[in-house]
Amino acid sequence: MENDVLIKADGVSKKFCRDLKTSLRYGLADLASEFIGRDRSPHLRNKEFWAVHGVSFELKRGECLGLIGHNGAGKTTLLRILNGLIKPDAGRIEIRGQVGALIALGAGFNPILTGRENIYVNAAVLGLGRKKVDERIDEIIAFAEIDEFIDMPVQHYSSGMTVRLGFAVAAILIKPDILFLDEVLAVGDISFTIKCLNRVRELMRTSAVVFVSHSMPLISSFCTRVLVMDHGHTVLDTTEPGVAVNHYFGLVKNAQQVSGSGGASVLNIALTSSGITHQDGNAVVRQGEEGTVDLSLRIEHGHKGMVSLYVDDATLAQVLVVPVADEHGKLLLLGPGEHRLRIPLGPLEMNAGKYSLLVGVRDPQTETNLCRHQGLSPFTVSSDRVYWSKFVRIGSARILSTEQLA
Amino acid sequence: MDQAGTVVVYTPASVLRTPGTLFREMGRDLRSSWELSWRLANRDITAQYRGSMLGYLWAFILPLANTLAWVFLNSAGIVKLSNTGMPYPVYVLTGTMLWQMFVEALQAPLQQVGTSKSMLTKLKFPREALIVSGMIKWGFNAGIKLVILVPVLLFFGVKPDAHLVLVPVAAIGILLAGTSLGLLAAPLGILYTDIAKGIPVFAQFAMFITPVVFAMPSAGITARLFHLNFMTPLILTGRAWLTGSPSPMLGYFIAVCLISFMLMLLGWLLYRMAMPILIERMSS
Repeated sequence: MENDVLIKADGVSKKFCRDLKTSLRYGLADLASEFIGRDRSPHLRNKEFWAVHGVSFELKRGECLGLIGHNGAGKTTLLRILNGLIKPDAGRIEIRGQVGALIALGAGFNPILTGRENIYVNAAVLGLGRKKVDERIDEIIAFAEIDEFIDMPVQHYSSGMTVRLGFAVAAILIKPDILFLDEVLAVGDISFTIKCLNRVRELMRTSAVVFVSHSMPLISSFCTRVLVMDHGHTVLDTTEPGVAVNHYFGLVKNAQQVSGSGGASVLNIALTSSGITHQDGNAVVRQGEEGTVDLSLRIEHGHKGMVSLYVDDATLAQVLVVPVADEHGKLLLLGPGEHRLRIPLGPLEMNAGKYSLLVGVRDPQTETNLCRHQGLSPFTVSSDRVYWSKFVRIGSARILSTEQLA
Repeated sequence: MDQAGTVVVYTPASVLRTPGTLFREMGRDLRSSWELSWRLANRDITAQYRGSMLGYLWAFILPLANTLAWVFLNSAGIVKLSNTGMPYPVYVLTGTMLWQMFVEALQAPLQQVGTSKSMLTKLKFPREALIVSGMIKWGFNAGIKLVILVPVLLFFGVKPDAHLVLVPVAAIGILLAGTSLGLLAAPLGILYTDIAKGIPVFAQFAMFITPVVFAMPSAGITARLFHLNFMTPLILTGRAWLTGSPSPMLGYFIAVCLISFMLMLLGWLLYRMAMPILIERMSS
């Protein structure tokens, strides 16, 4: 029984319409077809596109399928079809067993009612009766950590308290064979998030899970299989989350952005490393390899510039800065003209992900920003797993000593 | 939530291809929606009155205001009304009260779906629960209206008799008529907002060819219209039973109730079939 296939999806497809008026008209036509017993057509009409196209997989108890991809890749739509909210336009889905979902936490909450009253409403929406709630209401309240506010109207709750309560109701009460999760794990503060993750782990042991998330560490640590989706298609189906995450980062589009007074400009930039490879036009560096940046830039007449080199992560947040100094350790001041610099970055110990370079040139006399060029020379740091930190020290960190104390 | 051990299959095929499964699932969902329906109705009623000072009286205020307006129009001679056979305030009050019940039942399905959109687009729960909880809320409001109405009738010197126990039957007839029309209009109304906007306009006009504030005309084209109007027997029967007389068109009343019931079953089927298609086009 434990190896039973609980979800079987075969060529699942769904089309959406770009235009509202047309969409409503098609809706009318679809209603008419349904009422006269005609099946949905697997052909695109004018202004339609495939939001999900030809997705197939099987999932057993104990397995966790991660769905990753950009916004609009079709992940949530696929989840809604699996959940039976909307019908597929082509393909077939078989669902075996009781379905539970951690989606839309706190559905049915009414702001005027108290937390306690809302627990019963939310539970009823999830299909759970009064008796089941009575048995476990203390556990729910304790899990949500809102003991003293439970008889206060929910409209006076902070947003964190509301989602905590919503999560607690669903997570304590459901005991599903199949669990759907859509970006709900990062609720509340860090201690609550960890509690959520532990609870979801427990639920996962006895169920087949489909998990939509943009958090690569979560995908990496939870999933036994990952589908990378792009424009409705499965572009990669793998049992190695690390491979899927790398592929996903390869899909990230990189945009350059230049600002500043124009007193300086980047002519050329390249990242070199002994551990660099190129896959489909993307530079990929093994985690921990040394990197060097080859930078050519021009300072316009009448300016002097100090250069800083940054490494940005996928969200364009700066994770590393290299203030460019001369051989004596003093910050380098460049005069007008063209310069070529070779700047060592040291070991690239960033967590697996997509990165790019940012060059900043500042005139220290006038304190003006001559150039800020972002999104340069994008590269991916690859490793077998994604960690919960910005930097990962591997290999060089040897245990100095170990002894058992008790 | 689906029962353990069962296999649910989703395909592009119309549910009419497997009528056995369709009817089995309808029965199952209606049964399992019961608890949720109560819970939702309870939530809405509690929330509605907790945030209000006059509370339950609001169920009565709208028809009362309407009555006062018509009594004023009548006594000032602005509108000339034929003899209604009872004190005019009683005629208008019972009429508008019953009519208000019809309009509420008519609007309920669309309103229920409209306020639950975010739930509908994200969670699987028996869609029947929205309709049933709408009917429970209707029952609650109708109950308040009738409980307040009886002493008011006594005040005006009307002596209700044993027919009073039949009033809930008339009310249910009105509920069936309103809900069946509301349900049939729901699939289109969820897709296009025109229906929700049009219902009050329709109701306003329909009221004037129903013996709500005007007496039944005795001849002419208006008399024909009043007779063809299926709401006429419902209102007349309800009013007669409230004011202590037998229904003037009992056969017509029973026929309308039965047809409404059958239309409601059809409406339920269409609503259920339409839901996945409508949710797909809904903004969450």
